Amino acid sequence: MSTSLQRGITTLLAQIDAPVATFFSTCVHCGLCAESCLFYTETQDPKYTPIHKLEPMRRLWQQEYTFWGKLLKKVGLSKPVTDEELAEWEPLVYDSCTLCGRCSLACPVGNDITYMVRKMREGMVASGHAPEGLKGATQRAIEQGSPMGVNLKTLKAQIKHAEKETGLTVPLDVEGADYMMVLSSAEVADYPEIISAVTRIFKQADVSWTLASDGFEGTNSGIQIGSSDLAADILGRIVHAAERLKVKYVISPECGHAYTALRWEGPNLIGRPYPFQVIHIIELLDELRSSERLKTDSVDETRMTFHDPCQMVRRGGVIEQPRNLLKQVAPNFVEMPDAGVQNWCCGGGGGVSANHRAERLRIKVFSRKKSQLEAVDAKLLVTSCSNCRTMLLDGLELNRMDVEVIGLTELIADHLTDNAEGKAS
Amino acid sequence: MDQELLLWVRGTGLQIATAVFVLGMSYRVLHLLLLGRKPSLAVARGSEWAGGLRTMWQRSFMLPSLSGRGLFTVIAGYVFHVGFLITLFFLSQHIDLFRAVFGFGWPALPRGVIDIAAVLAIGAMVALLVHRFIDPVKRLLSGFEDFLTWTLSFLPLLTGFMLLRNIGFEYLTLLTLHIASVELLMVVAPFTKLAHMFTTFMARWYNGAVNGFKGINA
Ligand code: SF4
Ligand code: SF4
Repeated sequence: MSTSLQRGITTLLAQIDAPVATFFSTCVHCGLCAESCLFYTETQDPKYTPIHKLEPMRRLWQQEYTFWGKLLKKVGLSKPVTDEELAEWEPLVYDSCTLCGRCSLACPVGNDITYMVRKMREGMVASGHAPEGLKGATQRAIEQGSPMGVNLKTLKAQIKHAEKETGLTVPLDVEGADYMMVLSSAEVADYPEIISAVTRIFKQADVSWTLASDGFEGTNSGIQIGSSDLAADILGRIVHAAERLKVKYVISPECGHAYTALRWEGPNLIGRPYPFQVIHIIELLDELRSSERLKTDSVDETRMTFHDPCQMVRRGGVIEQPRNLLKQVAPNFVEMPDAGVQNWCCGGGGGVSANHRAERLRIKVFSRKKSQLEAVDAKLLVTSCSNCRTMLLDGLELNRMDVEVIGLTELIADHLTDNAEGKAS
Repeated sequence: MDQELLLWVRGTGLQIATAVFVLGMSYRVLHLLLLGRKPSLAVARGSEWAGGLRTMWQRSFMLPSLSGRGLFTVIAGYVFHVGFLITLFFLSQHIDLFRAVFGFGWPALPRGVIDIAAVLAIGAMVALLVHRFIDPVKRLLSGFEDFLTWTLSFLPLLTGFMLLRNIGFEYLTLLTLHIASVELLMVVAPFTKLAHMFTTFMARWYNGAVNGFKGINA
């Protein structure tokens, strides 16, 4: 057995805890999880059945943790997990799973399949079977500080631009601020409008905040590839910056997986609780709205709908907040079928967007989003994850659909009361 | 079939089967529980227990929006489980046996209701088996254990129904077969996916606990 395979198997076995063993023990092979996964529904290919994506891990569990499995292994009747098999499973574990969490809500016996895929990836990456695109993104994140290669220089240029546009100062490295804002790579690279938007909102709401020059990027490819060590490294920068600046809160950006990384996985990755709290930008905006610190004075009459990022609703619990905010500025807001906890993934979560090999499949399964959108005939699609935003723009363009996409924070900023100065025209 | 065999399955056989079932199932459940899981260091937004208990309960009553084949599985699954449980817990002979051992019982359902439940459960099981062969997803997931557990669950239902309606063999033979098939089921259950009769609730708890912790009402 090669050392990398050995490492992979050891890692996989170490991932088997009470929930994983219970889930494998309980699966009745009913196949219902297939119906909840867009990779199955849009292709009808049985290999995309969620629980099937875990087959090598299931056999390891059976061989090491069950009576019959151990017996069969002793007498040489069980099929060992091989390098070839893991290589064959790589596209199933990475390309056809966005860690969207839908299957975990559908399984009748209650299996949290997404939890297992996340764990299976730890073994896959340890055995060397992770997609090149995701490996590259993670390597860039470790070496250059960002999966998309943005750096402090890029950020400073965007800050300068935002300051010129708003006529306000964008605070950087302000010690003792209440909130430290983190951005996603995509925001710094492709959607810098967000910096102007939060600057104006926080000015109006009188929020004490800052960006940090040594921890401004929340995208965590370490989690997506499934390496807790690398994920901890990447996350450590934010924790370090927040501790250095002694902030009370870290604001997670409009990026679903960054929220999961910061809010739920983070303390477990670094092995200790944070000395600060984590809040999603949309949660914060909704708090400001309900305490009447965030005021809007105009509305957008466009027929619009909201795409719930998986990591915000199903895996994150931020469900009502975006709707409260939308109600304030969008009188013609309509819900797509399955909106909220059951919303369908954009197709590019969980590292799929960084994995070039997965592109064709991702574009194929966009058909689900397309039909959801067609059902409501909206002209504007609002979301609160910059990765979803890119995936949606891509899918809409390829399907020649005439729908615009905007981030919720920007939409709110466009309607702030008294925003005459610096309003983006 | 001789009297002696019947006596054995009713006596020693049943005792062995019960012991294996209780000890095996306890071992299985404890073994799973003791594997443990790391408590999260993140700040909770809600309660693990509330979420866990909610999912344990609610997952029994879901009818998600499904396509035809999914809907078939859910409906046939319900019919089988409900039918099986009705015949198991509400047939007067079963209650009498229970009363003989534990000293108390509960009212039985009329024979007609039991007959219908049994027929429906048998029909649903046959349909599910056929579906397991023809549905590509189920075929991919299925293995020896799925057919073994199907057979072991089917035999008690079938022999029980034959016994009630006097079909096939003479009474004592059928009774022996029925009891023996139940014992076989009890002996094998703890070591196969049939353990889901208990572990389902654990799986749901773990799943729901994570959601409860995060404050997701799902
Ligand atoms: S829905 Fe659950 S029980 Fe059914 S096959 Fe999938 S994981 Fe197994
Ligand atoms: S998490 Fe989502 S994408 Fe992954 S297997 Fe489950 S339903 Fe499919």
